[in-house]
Amino acid sequence: MIWNEEYETLPREALEALQLKRLRSLVERVYGTVPFYRNKLEKSGYRLGDIHSLQDLASLPFTTKIDLRDTYPFGMFAVPMERVVRIHASSGTTGKPVVVGYTRRDVDTWAELMARTLSCGGTTKGDIVQNAYGYGLFTGGLGAHYGAEKIGAAVIPISGGNSKRQIMLMQDFGSTILTSTPSYALNLAEVMAEEGVDPSTLKLKCGLFGAEPWSEAMRKEIEKKLHINAIDIYGLSEVIGPGVASECLEEKHGLHVFEDHFIPEIIDPETGKALPYGELGELVFTTITKEAFPVIRYRTRDISRLIPEPCSCGRTHIRMERISGRTDDMLIIRGVNVFPSQIEAILLAIKGVEPHYQLIVDRAGNLDTLEIQVEVGEQVFANADEVKVLQNMERRIVKDIKDYLGVSAKVKLVEPKTLQRSEGKASRVLDKRRI
Amino acid sequence: MKVEQISIFLENRPGGLEEVTRILKDAGINIRTLTLADTSDFGILRMIVNDVDATSRVLKENGFRFSRTNVVAVEVPDRPGGLHGILAALAGSGVNVEYMYAFVERSGQNAVMIFRFDAPDKAIEVLRQNGLTVLPGERLYTS
Repeated sequence: MIWNEEYETLPREALEALQLKRLRSLVERVYGTVPFYRNKLEKSGYRLGDIHSLQDLASLPFTTKIDLRDTYPFGMFAVPMERVVRIHASSGTTGKPVVVGYTRRDVDTWAELMARTLSCGGTTKGDIVQNAYGYGLFTGGLGAHYGAEKIGAAVIPISGGNSKRQIMLMQDFGSTILTSTPSYALNLAEVMAEEGVDPSTLKLKCGLFGAEPWSEAMRKEIEKKLHINAIDIYGLSEVIGPGVASECLEEKHGLHVFEDHFIPEIIDPETGKALPYGELGELVFTTITKEAFPVIRYRTRDISRLIPEPCSCGRTHIRMERISGRTDDMLIIRGVNVFPSQIEAILLAIKGVEPHYQLIVDRAGNLDTLEIQVEVGEQVFANADEVKVLQNMERRIVKDIKDYLGVSAKVKLVEPKTLQRSEGKASRVLDKRRI
Repeated sequence: MKVEQISIFLENRPGGLEEVTRILKDAGINIRTLTLADTSDFGILRMIVNDVDATSRVLKENGFRFSRTNVVAVEVPDRPGGLHGILAALAGSGVNVEYMYAFVERSGQNAVMIFRFDAPDKAIEVLRQNGLTVLPGERLYTS
């Protein structure tokens, strides 16, 4: 099912002409309105009017997460605040989040893109969409919500968690579409089994899953356990949120990037050189229609490849392969992006805690778990050899991690010699998940 | 009049305690008394040893997180209400007991309790005013 027949099946030639027109206008606009881009473009040798073909995109400078941190909070906004109607935020690499803004038109564009995404999974008017993505600063919840409303489907804005209630509503309301992280879908299946609920008696027909990496094996498992079609969707706040790309039901192979709004590239993460179609590398996006928070060649750090072959669903938009990894140390824990450096910053802000720690990520049942092993500091132990002092410290760490990052962690205090003494970041993270 | 105690942070894992006792045995250190406070994840082993400096040295060499803390050893009359008399005297003075445990040997006809107070100097003063005997460390370190 194609939501926007005209744009989603635009012949390549017309699509590329549209992209070029939009790209040129974007670059000229940010050159005039965002000092950051003006500086960067000038340094790269760009002169106004330099974009003559889509190939010229490769000569423009990249935008990175560090740039977004340096311009915190609103330095990358390309419109005055009077035109911003929505602000979202996602994880930065330190204590401060990455802030993104939307104009009214951006919100409409986003709804259109999520309507396309939901349509990829067969959603129509009359469907009941149970939206178990988190609502809030995270773009997942509201992104899916607006898309479903745009289609005219009925949205249940239940947000994440409360599995038993989720299942009760599925039964009582007859939800037909589920939007959540893939691991949460598996968790729901598990709780159903525990509660003696037979998924085949539910009206659920399709789930649109994203916000964390998953595999074909997980898809098979979700489809079998929930008796649904499972579709991989992709997005990130810096680009727009969910609604950047989606698989189609027809192929379930590669996610169509909505190319009339975003230009994808694959680059070599080491050299920054653009790679030809089919090669594995880092995904880079340029947003060509966004008003409040456009990005030029934003480095996602996600690893994928582009599939240019035409698709049987009729969409002409290029496909990207499902994400197979990261080029940095970002962890995705229950759909929440977490950088070890953020956790380190939080630990260091707590008195008596030393920066000797290890993060252990695992999956208990189908839910991600995060254990933070923290060395008991010399100072804190010299001043107090009492259980309550150490337990208070543990509680404080758990609370701060939850407050700042939105993830629940378990803290385990360890003896000094337990943790490896290495400067390398790799030893700080032990990811035991098998996805 | 305070006693030096060694407190060691231990993770709850098999062999954790054994490691400490082995290291002390190899260094020829005699443990005079000990107590273990534990939670589900970790424990704090507190002990009084015959040689605090040597103990500190070997623990440090072996990478343990430990501290030297001052505790107070008090003679407790070995009869009903003996301990209560001590605690009652302290309660009235506003001194808080962080933790306490028993020493294994007697001192004459009395039992000996080890106390960790939030205000040890004040506690010692109060105990003495109430006619109680506070023992110096030397009396505990060696038999």
